[in-house]
Amino acid sequence: MSEIDDKALEAYIKAAAAALGVPIEDAWMPSIRANLAVSVRLANIVADFELPDESEPAPVFEA
Amino acid sequence: MEAWSTAAEIAEAVAQGRTSAIAVTEAALARIKERDGVLNAFTAVTAERALAKARAVDAARAAGRPLGPLAGVPIAVKNLFDVAGLPTLAGSKINRTRAAATVDAPLITRLESAGAVLLGALNMGEYAYDFTGENVHDGPSRNPHDTGRMTGGSSGGSGGSVAGGLVPIALGSDTNGSIRVPSSFCGLFGLKPTYGRLTRARTFPFVASLDHLGPLARSARDLALAYDAMQGPDAEDPVCTTRLPEPALPTLDKGIGGLRIAVAGGYFERGAGPEVIQAMSLVSQELKANDIIELPEVARARAAAFVITTSEGGALHLDRLRTRAGDFDPATRDRLIAGAMVPASLVTKAQKFRRWYRAQVLQLFERYDAILAPATPMTAPKLGQQTMMLDGAEVPLRANIGIYTQPISFIGLPVVCVPLPLRPLPIGVQIIAAPWREDIALRIAHHLEGAQVAQAPRPPL
Repeated sequence: MSEIDDKALEAYIKAAAAALGVPIEDAWMPSIRANLAVSVRLANIVADFELPDESEPAPVFEA
Repeated sequence: MEAWSTAAEIAEAVAQGRTSAIAVTEAALARIKERDGVLNAFTAVTAERALAKARAVDAARAAGRPLGPLAGVPIAVKNLFDVAGLPTLAGSKINRTRAAATVDAPLITRLESAGAVLLGALNMGEYAYDFTGENVHDGPSRNPHDTGRMTGGSSGGSGGSVAGGLVPIALGSDTNGSIRVPSSFCGLFGLKPTYGRLTRARTFPFVASLDHLGPLARSARDLALAYDAMQGPDAEDPVCTTRLPEPALPTLDKGIGGLRIAVAGGYFERGAGPEVIQAMSLVSQELKANDIIELPEVARARAAAFVITTSEGGALHLDRLRTRAGDFDPATRDRLIAGAMVPASLVTKAQKFRRWYRAQVLQLFERYDAILAPATPMTAPKLGQQTMMLDGAEVPLRANIGIYTQPISFIGLPVVCVPLPLRPLPIGVQIIAAPWREDIALRIAHHLEGAQVAQAPRPPL
């Protein structure tokens, strides 16, 4: 997956903040963006690893 | 007894009547008064409670009743454990307005049932999202070996209190390395048990998928004493195992004969500073661990741990981020807000990867009983330090302190972190065992201690 640019990430953060109901101040944006950029980069490194559709997530629920 | 007595020595002296629990407790309270102004390990000292408990231990002995294996041993707990009468801070400002806990966390109850005496609650990084031991609300916990340096976190006060000779045993929590990092920076033995081994009931959570609790101490025997006293099922924690306790003390002295021990290479060699290389060499030589193996896709494992952590952490704190964002440490706040925004599809992928990685790593334990890896890429950094050198490049410090611990706790493997008493600062090595084999990791740690390769150094206080 391609790297997301700062502008697109800021737009995503603003939309996500509205969806989650988390008010964020402009001054926080650079730090939130930097943190999310790292998380998305790392998450995509994981997601790029091919696993079969049938693979189960780690947590197991017992009814 | 003196400041550096082990829990085993204290319990034996109390049982034999060479000292009393009240004398041990008063001495520990005096040390806290004398040293904690600098170390800043404690956020609450429960002196009255401790003195009452100590008197009860002494009364039991006077009445000829059997004493537990931790009789009269002073302990303290990271302030995310419920302690009756105290609000459970979890290192935050926000939790200060919570109602005081009415009941202790079960791990405290179990230690006290074995005779231990709780002295108080310990400083920690805010909501455990931390590797430094710094805290903007309470001030940093300080490393007893150099009070201008970090204890490591997030169980910073746990590291400082034990390394500083205030108590012989402290409890901490470890989601990505928060027991092993302070053990490494403060020169202590630390046990992160198998995921699910010890109940987490009545402790403030961070990442349900990855949270563990465990002890820090100045000897492997003390770890085993505390660990054995804390085992057992607990319906209050759905993750807690239903396995019966599997005590580690009976085999602690068994030695390392017959154990197959390998060294984790590749990822775990990259970025290792000279102290790390020296520590790994000393330990692997003593254990005759000549095989170097690679954990499969370990960088991805660390990445997946990072993603699950930030996402579950963000979800946990979402309501507080909505209503009390200004009361967080700004650095924690921004990490948690970003965490709450990580797409769920990517988090699910990380949880699927986790199961794959677990299966791969478990195959290694068919060939080996234990795997050695460094605990931290560096010795204790200076307080306030923001960057570090890794592989010749300047990188942010915080995010990189846990690179060696995260891929291990990610799949819940038991680890004993052993301290190498290097100069000027100690550093830790992880002894990693197969799930439910804490006994093997503790045996190896005890052997290294007997060979004087691993030792908790005494700071110049």
